[in-house]
Amino acid sequence: MAEKPRLKLPKEAKKGEVIEIKTLMPHTMESGQRKDKDGKTIPRKIINKFTAEFNGKPVFSANLDPAIAANPYMQFYAKVDASGTFKFTWTDDDGTVITAEEKITVG
Amino acid sequence: MRQLSRRAALALSASGAALTIVGWNEGAFATAKEAADDIAKFTGGKTAEKAKISIELPEIAENGNTVPLSVAVDAPMTAENYVSEILVVADGNPRPGVATFHFSSMSGKAEASTRIRLATTQNIIVVAKTSKGEFFTGQKQVKVTIGGCGG
Repeated sequence: MAEKPRLKLPKEAKKGEVIEIKTLMPHTMESGQRKDKDGKTIPRKIINKFTAEFNGKPVFSANLDPAIAANPYMQFYAKVDASGTFKFTWTDDDGTVITAEEKITVG
Repeated sequence: MRQLSRRAALALSASGAALTIVGWNEGAFATAKEAADDIAKFTGGKTAEKAKISIELPEIAENGNTVPLSVAVDAPMTAENYVSEILVVADGNPRPGVATFHFSSMSGKAEASTRIRLATTQNIIVVAKTSKGEFFTGQKQVKVTIGGCGG
């Protein structure tokens, strides 16, 4: 869980522009459906929630089920009207919360 | 679950893998009914109109462990009327839930992409809810080749 998420979004945008944001969090997303070599079920451990905020306001979020592939990838959009900071949050089943921030200049 | 690790999948012959899957998780696969139940919970029993939804998925997914999925709703995203939620369910996985996307008027577009796991050939059903309480739906079938050489 110490791995860092990857973020891809523009550094600059025009006022009112709809920008594309891509994120990827390295994580096994253990589904809880697999069994180990002794036949015991490997417990579920996934990122169950992802959120994106801009200047403290919600832009996009997702509740994720075990059907999301390993290294959960999210691509979505945001309409930016002013410069500010995006904050991204990933929540693990074990309660771990990972955050990342990225600034954008809107002119 | 058919999400065998690549190692496990390679260790088994194709027919052996199929037998293992059946014996392993019999009755654990979601039925279309469970998916329908999830949708009914999401819509509160309202009928969703078959319109406005586009779903991008490969027709044939060689590796069910990571299948690219894009969903989009052809609807305005204004403060007064926007797509607030999109539910994605799969009717052939052990459980139907895939994801629920939440949007705001700041989202700009009612569109999201991710990568999903598919246990077998099945339908992906998408239901969108607008801030005005309207529901739209669409679905698409994906053929999944498990443990194939393409993984």
